[in-house]
Amino acid sequence: MSTVDSAVPAGGVPPNPWLPRPFRVEERVAETGDTVTLCLRPEDGTAPPPFAPGQFNMVYRFGVGEVAVSISGDPARPEELRHTVRAAGKISESLAGAAPGETVGVRGPYGTGWPMERLAGRDVVVVAGGLGLPPLRPALLEILAHRERYGRLEVIYGARSPPDLVYYDEVQTWRRRSDLRIQVTVDAAGREWYGDVGLVTARLPDARFDPPRTGALLCGPEIMMRLTARALEQAGVPADRIFLSMERNMKCGIGSCGHCQFGQSFVCRDGPVFPYSALRDRLDRREI
Amino acid sequence: MTDTRFPTPERIPIEDHPFFHGFDAGFLHRVGAAAEERTFAADEFLFHEGTPARAFYLVQEGKVALEIGAGGGPPLTIQTIGAREVIGWSWLVPPHRWRFDARALKPTRLHSIDAAALRAAIDADPLQGYRLLRRLVPVLAERLEMARLQVLDVHRR
Ligand SMILES: Cc1cc2nc3c(=O)[nH]c(=O)nc-3n(C[C@H](O)[C@H](O)[C@H](O)COP(=O)(O)OP(=O)(O)OC[C@H]3O[C@@H](n4cnc5c(N)ncnc54)[C@H](O)[C@@H]3O)c2cc1C
Ligand code: FES
Repeated sequence: MSTVDSAVPAGGVPPNPWLPRPFRVEERVAETGDTVTLCLRPEDGTAPPPFAPGQFNMVYRFGVGEVAVSISGDPARPEELRHTVRAAGKISESLAGAAPGETVGVRGPYGTGWPMERLAGRDVVVVAGGLGLPPLRPALLEILAHRERYGRLEVIYGARSPPDLVYYDEVQTWRRRSDLRIQVTVDAAGREWYGDVGLVTARLPDARFDPPRTGALLCGPEIMMRLTARALEQAGVPADRIFLSMERNMKCGIGSCGHCQFGQSFVCRDGPVFPYSALRDRLDRREI
Repeated sequence: MTDTRFPTPERIPIEDHPFFHGFDAGFLHRVGAAAEERTFAADEFLFHEGTPARAFYLVQEGKVALEIGAGGGPPLTIQTIGAREVIGWSWLVPPHRWRFDARALKPTRLHSIDAAALRAAIDADPLQGYRLLRRLVPVLAERLEMARLQVLDVHRR
């Protein structure tokens, strides 16, 4: 693909933030009926840039378009770039269909990420709804890699139905660990499911954490994050230590186009992670 | 004053369940006298949709699935209820019939309060009855919020 090859600067030239870098799909793992994880490697053999948990890339499907996708890999191993994509529209559907050996464009990483330093020494509550787990996975891996830096770790993961749960095997391995507690719940299920059914907020009373010394990371549908943030604040977790990852449609990803405007902020530049204290008023209003 | 610390064998200490924390001793005594302990094995039904709602359940341990018939298809679990939670309000609202099936998902122990006696206790002591309603409304609200999210299908925008 000549347009793409020419987009990659030769050694030493600072990369143009607008130009995607070609990555080869190394592996494609089907997570659910409509969601896949793509493992990507730069085609030029160099290392992908390091990233912070919660950051995202703009991922380009040539000839189709570009979408923001959170990085779901291990921050300690940036050489393995991982993205989990749900086929939700034209671009994501095409991206989710990318087969091993195919090329996609990547620019980033962008965004502020989860403020891991503000969680040090604290109990951590992680609440993921649906495709909210992939952006939280790097934060979880970081906490597990430096477990002594943090207090208790409580994870609540909710999805629409049992077949919609992503990272199933990994979640099972987390369940077996003694240094974290994970509760999985779904909105509705058939008879074969013996787990919990209900809102993620209904699982909070079973989570063990000391609210005043807790930090919380939330990612998922906005209404779910709003209900969870409210419940956590009510339980005594300070609003400026409840962090939400917001989703807005993006175009440039670098604060130039205004597409991702959310009140006074641009989600790509000032977020996607914001403290609840800064969002509360905006979240309660519609159409912002 | 009635000594509530030492329950007589015929009185279930319902105040041990969070739902009944903080009620008057007399009310607890009256309601506790109408309660009994029940156990269900995994997959055993507590009750079926459409049948008379004759009890209010306080879950002590275990887990119960509330199921609805999904338009002729296989039943759908719409909520699970575990220890320290309560089951249902159909016992309070006419026509006093269950709106769903309840099935134990694992061995479950609960306190079952006779619905007619509970309604009579509420009518006899409106202040305690009001307190009970205030405890029950959040249970209803959660079910409503859940139903709203299920209708919105928020995970699939
Ligand atoms: C910071 C950030 C991180 C993100 N991380 C991820 C991630 O990790 N994984 C991920 O999968 N996504 C992620 N997203 C979302 C992603 O960027 C896209 O918004 C999403 O993939 C949909 O883009 P699309 O262009 O494919 O769909 P769009 O065309 O924008 O469609 C989006 C919605 O419109 C509906 N729609 C589309 N076409 C039609 C049609 N013809 N008729 C009716 N309805 C239609 C779809 O059903 C869908 O609900 C993230 C977004 C942000 C901002
Ligand atoms: S996507 Fe352009 S400003 Fe955020």
